[in-house]
Amino acid sequence: MFDTFLLESVINGILLGGVLALLALGLNLIFGVIDVVWICYAELVMIGMYAIWWLHVYYGVPLPGAIVSAVMVVALMGVLLHRLVIEPVLGKPPINQLLVTGGVLFFLQAAATLAFGIEFRNLGLRMPVVEFGDMFFSFARLLAFGTALAGVLLLWLFLTRSYLGTAIRAISQDREIMPLMGVDPRRIYLITSAIGGGMAGVAASLLVLQYDVHPAIGLSFGPITFMICVMGGLGNMLGGFLAAFVFAQFISVGGYFFQIEWGYVIAFAFFIAMMFIRPKGLFSR
Amino acid sequence: MSAAPMLEVRGVSAGYGTFRALFDVSLEVRAGEAVAVIGPNGAGKTTLLRVISKIIAPTAGDVVMEGTPLGPVPAHRVVELGIAHVPEHRRLFPRLTVEENLRMGAFHPAARAKFRERLDFVYELFPRMKERRNQAAGTMSGGEQQMCAIGRALMSGPKLLLMDEPSAGLAPVIVQQVFNLVKRIRAEGYTVLIVEQNIQQVLQVVDRAYLLEVGTIKQSGSSAELLASPEIRRAYLGL
Amino acid sequence: MDKRIPAVIGIAALAAVPQLGLGNYHLHLLITVLIWGFVYTSWSVMGRFGMVSLGHGAFLGVGAYVVTMLWNSYGLTPWLGIPAAVAMSMVMALLVGYPCFRFRIVGHYFALVTLALGEVVRLTIVGLRDQTGGSLGMTVTAVPDGTSLLALQFGERTVFFYVALLVWLFGLWVWRVVDRSMLRYALEASSEDEDAAASVGVNVTRAKLAITMLSAAMTTLGGALYAQYQMYINPETVSGIGISLQIVFAVIAGGLFTQLGPTVGAMFTLLLAETLRVSFGHDIHGLDGTVYGLLLVLFIIYMPKGITGSLAALLTRGRAEPGAPAAGLAPSR
Repeated sequence: MFDTFLLESVINGILLGGVLALLALGLNLIFGVIDVVWICYAELVMIGMYAIWWLHVYYGVPLPGAIVSAVMVVALMGVLLHRLVIEPVLGKPPINQLLVTGGVLFFLQAAATLAFGIEFRNLGLRMPVVEFGDMFFSFARLLAFGTALAGVLLLWLFLTRSYLGTAIRAISQDREIMPLMGVDPRRIYLITSAIGGGMAGVAASLLVLQYDVHPAIGLSFGPITFMICVMGGLGNMLGGFLAAFVFAQFISVGGYFFQIEWGYVIAFAFFIAMMFIRPKGLFSR
Repeated sequence: MSAAPMLEVRGVSAGYGTFRALFDVSLEVRAGEAVAVIGPNGAGKTTLLRVISKIIAPTAGDVVMEGTPLGPVPAHRVVELGIAHVPEHRRLFPRLTVEENLRMGAFHPAARAKFRERLDFVYELFPRMKERRNQAAGTMSGGEQQMCAIGRALMSGPKLLLMDEPSAGLAPVIVQQVFNLVKRIRAEGYTVLIVEQNIQQVLQVVDRAYLLEVGTIKQSGSSAELLASPEIRRAYLGL
Repeated sequence: MDKRIPAVIGIAALAAVPQLGLGNYHLHLLITVLIWGFVYTSWSVMGRFGMVSLGHGAFLGVGAYVVTMLWNSYGLTPWLGIPAAVAMSMVMALLVGYPCFRFRIVGHYFALVTLALGEVVRLTIVGLRDQTGGSLGMTVTAVPDGTSLLALQFGERTVFFYVALLVWLFGLWVWRVVDRSMLRYALEASSEDEDAAASVGVNVTRAKLAITMLSAAMTTLGGALYAQYQMYINPETVSGIGISLQIVFAVIAGGLFTQLGPTVGAMFTLLLAETLRVSFGHDIHGLDGTVYGLLLVLFIIYMPKGITGSLAALLTRGRAEPGAPAAGLAPSR
């Protein structure tokens, strides 16, 4: 028996996986290089979504312009986050570093409420639906998937081909000797934070096409992003990339058989079960 | 011999926290020379090199490179003045490939322009590195890693090469190869300041040496003089 | 002088408070501080050993929802519902804690694993919307005349105050027992150096599991008490990442390494929230939270020992505080 709807869910899961992979990649980059977890990462995405909505709906900036501006705004926020919040606690116990960004999470959520209210906002776009056989896919999802993959590829090229990218990978392996290479570690951290923020901005532009934005939206995909990073092995970008697709299948197919929350519950339960089997991540070396 | 030395260390004191590792150390290295700082473990040799490349700041004194005092120079710009440091234990980036490690050596803007040229030079000097250029640096043998570390330092186009215990942790056969490497580096015209515990062998490849003990210079002179010194023969060479 | 005398005087003074003729509002604030003070103390029982859980909302949620669901659907008294919920939480703590401690999942990893647990519980509550009302929350079915010992419902706030006071004192007592037990030395040794601790015969896994299950059980009791007092619960306020983080922050604000630190944290966060609410009102949505978030960040950067810890450091300047790592909230890895 062939179930078209199940296949549709699987494919939608793959599409969702692309966006989750992009989300996880930014967080993993920050963790891998600076050794800090931005608990407020999803809130940066939320700010990016608001920025696009605000520029586009409120000021009538054309969508591409709004998106580019939003990516830059979130990249700048990444830099500020590092400079103002992370730098003072860099030498402190790792848990303090984790929690300080948790404080930023509350701050950003409340600040968004203050600025934009608690109403759900959307761009009011009508995205076409793509029909394939008996299956229907939202164009926004296809676009998001394509952009996410392109983003991942670009980041990978940057990290492997450029001097700066190589330095970003090198600093996570040996920070102390970076000055001997003529590298200012502080500058690399700021650049990495900007890239991590920029990735959040790109993710924001993909999500705002599909979902309404509200101040608490970060809580709906923040935790799943952390799980993906942990399961892929924190800082292991390839692992995070693959784990994103595993999780997306759980959510999409689980949601197909039950309700959407159960998809998440199964994904999380799977995550906890995996901790028994592969405590250092699914794809640990 | 030119009038002013290439590198001058002037009355440097340094330490970590309340621990003082160096007391008023002065030395100089002239262009084209190979100079060694010898002494036992914990004498402050590594600290001295770390002060020169500004990984740590001295509590007193200064280092001058070709007339430029390093005091106000930020650590990451020292390499632009022509000082390259091959750190203790080699400190390669283990998960980067050999070629990526070499690329890191050429990070500063002036070096990037000459990346190809110098890469060819390093590969010519160490053909083994060319064979292994896509291998993760951490998976190579100790001797190969030492070649890579020296190659990485050469990629910055230095005038002065600082080498910290290049023979440490290597098998005796490999140690001999490493000192042969040092000779070749010299022959290429680099000025070398090398720190070693392996006194017998290092004195075969340098012109002059300083003896550093508990943070102070105890003796200095040509290699031949030091090899003939009764104290050194008794305390370090077991003769 | 017997050190117990100030404590006895303090408890007596607290017990006399409802007789002062406080209004309902102030009594409500006091009860809230006691309940949350207990929950925060429960968290700190394990948090002080470097096991930073970002998922205590899971246990709070089980306490609130299991007890309420058993009561609403089956009329099962909280006197039985609470032990059932506590047992369930302890099993959960065991299931998640065992692999973590066995495989030495610490620091970031442990925090994120527990965060997942908190989310599982929140989403389960939402998913069971036919039984729990989903994200709209659920009301505890009230007994007809408002007071019933069997239902653990007390129409009189004063009575509830004494219940909360007793539970809170119980929390402080547990904190002290742990503080003076061999377990503490075992755990402190292990948070400094797990291998060294293991080599001198400390069963690190077992010690950590015991303390985690204790902390989970207490938090569950706190969740049940909260539900019985508020008579309304909702998945966001008793489970998930928001409340879990709030627990951690309050403890840090108050001080992680002192007995009264978590309670001071409860007082501080409640007073702050109330002050911000009263001064800015409801018109400006989010202003209170913005200030709150900002203060949290400043706290962790500039005052990682919290209010009580910083006070203690001021009072005993020069003397090293035993048990408390010199800088920061947890010993570094």
